[in-house]
Amino acid sequence: MSRIKTTFAQLKQAGKKALIPYITAGDPHPKLTVELMHAMVASGANILELGVPFSDPMADGPVIQRASERALVHHVGLHHVLDMVKEFRLKDNLTPVVLMGYANPIEAMGIENFADKAKGSGVDGVLTVDYPPEECTEFVGLLKARDIDPIFLLSPTTELSRIETIVSKANGFVYYVSLKGVTGAGHLDIEDVANKVSAIRTKTDLPIGVGFGVRDAATAKLISNIGDAVVVGSRMVQEMEQSTEQNIVANLSALVAELRAAIDA
Amino acid sequence: MQLYDMPDDSGHFGPYGGIFVAETLIEALEELRVMYERYRHDPEFLAEFAHDLKYFVGRPSPIYYAKRWSERVGGARIYLKREDLNHTGAHKVNNTVGQALLAKRMGKPRIIAETGAGQHGVATATIAARMGLECVVYMGSEDVKRQAPNVYRMKLLGATVVPVESGSKTLKDALNEAMRDWVTNIENTFYIIGTVAGPHPYPMMVRDFQAVIGVEAKQQMQEMLGRQPDAVVACVGGGSNAMGIFYPYIDNPDVRLIGVEAAGYGMETGKHAAPLTANSSVGVLHGNRTYLMQDADGQIIETHSISAGLDYPGVGPEHAWLKDIKRAEYVAITDDEAMEAFHSLCRTEGIIPALESSHALAYAEKLAATMSPDQVVLVNLSGRGDKDINTVAKLSGITL
Repeated sequence: MSRIKTTFAQLKQAGKKALIPYITAGDPHPKLTVELMHAMVASGANILELGVPFSDPMADGPVIQRASERALVHHVGLHHVLDMVKEFRLKDNLTPVVLMGYANPIEAMGIENFADKAKGSGVDGVLTVDYPPEECTEFVGLLKARDIDPIFLLSPTTELSRIETIVSKANGFVYYVSLKGVTGAGHLDIEDVANKVSAIRTKTDLPIGVGFGVRDAATAKLISNIGDAVVVGSRMVQEMEQSTEQNIVANLSALVAELRAAIDA
Repeated sequence: MQLYDMPDDSGHFGPYGGIFVAETLIEALEELRVMYERYRHDPEFLAEFAHDLKYFVGRPSPIYYAKRWSERVGGARIYLKREDLNHTGAHKVNNTVGQALLAKRMGKPRIIAETGAGQHGVATATIAARMGLECVVYMGSEDVKRQAPNVYRMKLLGATVVPVESGSKTLKDALNEAMRDWVTNIENTFYIIGTVAGPHPYPMMVRDFQAVIGVEAKQQMQEMLGRQPDAVVACVGGGSNAMGIFYPYIDNPDVRLIGVEAAGYGMETGKHAAPLTANSSVGVLHGNRTYLMQDADGQIIETHSISAGLDYPGVGPEHAWLKDIKRAEYVAITDDEAMEAFHSLCRTEGIIPALESSHALAYAEKLAATMSPDQVVLVNLSGRGDKDINTVAKLSGITL
C-alpha cells in the first residue's frame, strides 16, 4: 500500500483529518529544506507538499512566486528537489511527500527519467499544475507503473462530468481548489466549499484535500470538517518570509502545531 | 492534395500547442472555445468584423513597392504589406477587434491584456474604449520604463496599466500576471491574448483574426503583378503577424515562408530571442507546448532583443509545427542588422518601420540580394516605428 493510502487509512481509523503543509523546496535556502520538512512532521503534519521552483509559476499568487524566486537564486532545480526528498527519507520512511510544480522542469528532465528518479528518491505523489488529464496520459501511466500517485486539482468551475474524467486518472487523493483565483488569494466561502466537496464525493472514494486560501487556524478547522485533508501553502510561505534563518524552524513548527491543534479540536 | 488543416480538435499542431493550464482555467477556455466555434463562421459576426476592419482600422492596408530600396539592395523586387498604416500603427489591432467582438457577444464587460512593447496594449485599450468595455493591461515594469509613450497612450484611452514587478519584469511576466487575473475574475472578464501563443483556442483564434493580412496580400499581389511572391518574410516574436500573412499561403508550395526571429547580440552569445533558429528544446510555457529558451533545469531564461515585441522566450506552436514540417523557414537577425535596415528604410523610402519589422526588412535585404529582379519578396511591415524613436535616439547618444 502506498504511503499516502496508508496515511489516510490510519487517520480515518483515528477519526482525524490530514494536515498537508506546503513549502517551496530551497526557500529560503536549500540547506534548510530537509530540516524544515522534519520539523513540520514533528509538529503534526501528515503529508508534505514540496514545491518545485519554476521561473513562471502561472497558477501561483505573489507569495509562492516569491518563494520560487528565492529558491532560484540558489539555482534549486528538480534534481535538487529529488535529492532533498532522498535525504528526508533517510530519517523518515513513513510521511508521504507530494511534489507540486509545473510541467516544464519535468519535461526538461524527461518524463520517464523523472518518474524513475522520483521513485528512487521516495516521492509518493506528483501534482503537476499545468498538466490537465488530457495532456498527461503517458505521464500518468509512468507514475502509476511506479506506484506514484498522480494528484489532480479540481476547481469550483469544474463540471461534474469532468470531475468524473479527472478522478478516473487520479490516485492518492484529489485536491479541491477552494476558491477562484491563484494560491493565497481572497477569502473562501465555506458553504460553497461544502457543497462542491459533497458533489465530488458522489464521483469518487478518494480522499479530498482542500486548499488555496486557508489562512488561519479557524479556517483550517472549518475546512477539516468538510474535506479529508487541509492543505496550507501561502500561509506557511508567508511565515517563512517573515522569519530569520535563526527562528524559521521554530516559527514554522509553531504554525503547524497551531493548525494541528485547531483541526484536532 | 491534402490541404493544411491545423490545429486538431484539441488544439494541437502535431506535438505542439494544446491546453497546459491549471484546472481553474479549463472551464473558461472551454467556454471560449465553444463560443469561438459558434461565431468563427457566423456570417453576421464576420460581417461585423469586416466592417470594423474597414471603417475603424482602415483596411485593406496597401502593398507598396519599395522601388528605391529594392534597387539599392540589388536583386529581387521588395514589396511591403503596410500594416504600419493601420489605426494604432501595427497589425495588433486586427486581432483585438476580433476578440473584443467576441467578448461583447459573450457578455463580458471587462477586458484584460498583456503587453510587451505596448502595441497590443494600445490596440486593446483602443478597442475597449470604442466598445465601452473596462480595460486592464499588464505590462512588465521594465517595459513600462522602456515604452513610456505607449503607457501614456493606454491611459489616455481609459485603460488601467498595471506594472508587473515579478520575474524578469517583461512580457512573459505580464502574461503570467494576466493569467492570474483571469483565473480570479473569469466570470466577467475576457482575456485578449495578443499573439498566436497561449492555450487553445488562442493560437488558432489569433491566427484567424490576423489572417486578413495574408488574404488581402494574395488578392493584392494578384492584382498588382498577376502572380504571387517568391518569398514572404515576417518577423516572429510570439508570431502573430507572421502567422497572419503565412496562413493563407500555406497551401501555395511555390511561396517560401520565412520567419525572422531576434538574434539579439548574436546567436553565438546566447543573448537572443530566437528559439526556432537556435533549435532550442521543446517545453511547456504559457499554456502550450512549443520551442522554448530554457536552461537544463527547465527554467525559462531571460531573452534579449532590441525590440521589446520580439523579446519573448517562446514562440507560437503553429510556427513550431511549420518549422518541423519544413513548410516555413526560420532565421534570425541581430540588433545591429535590424538597426541598419531601420535606417536604410527611413532614408530610402520615407517609412519609419518598427524595430520588430526591421528584423524582417533586414533579412529581406539579404535574401533579395541573392535573387534576380524578376523575382518578388513580400515583407510584412507589421508596424510603424514612431514608438521606437526614443530607443533609436538613445543608441545614437541622443536624448529627446
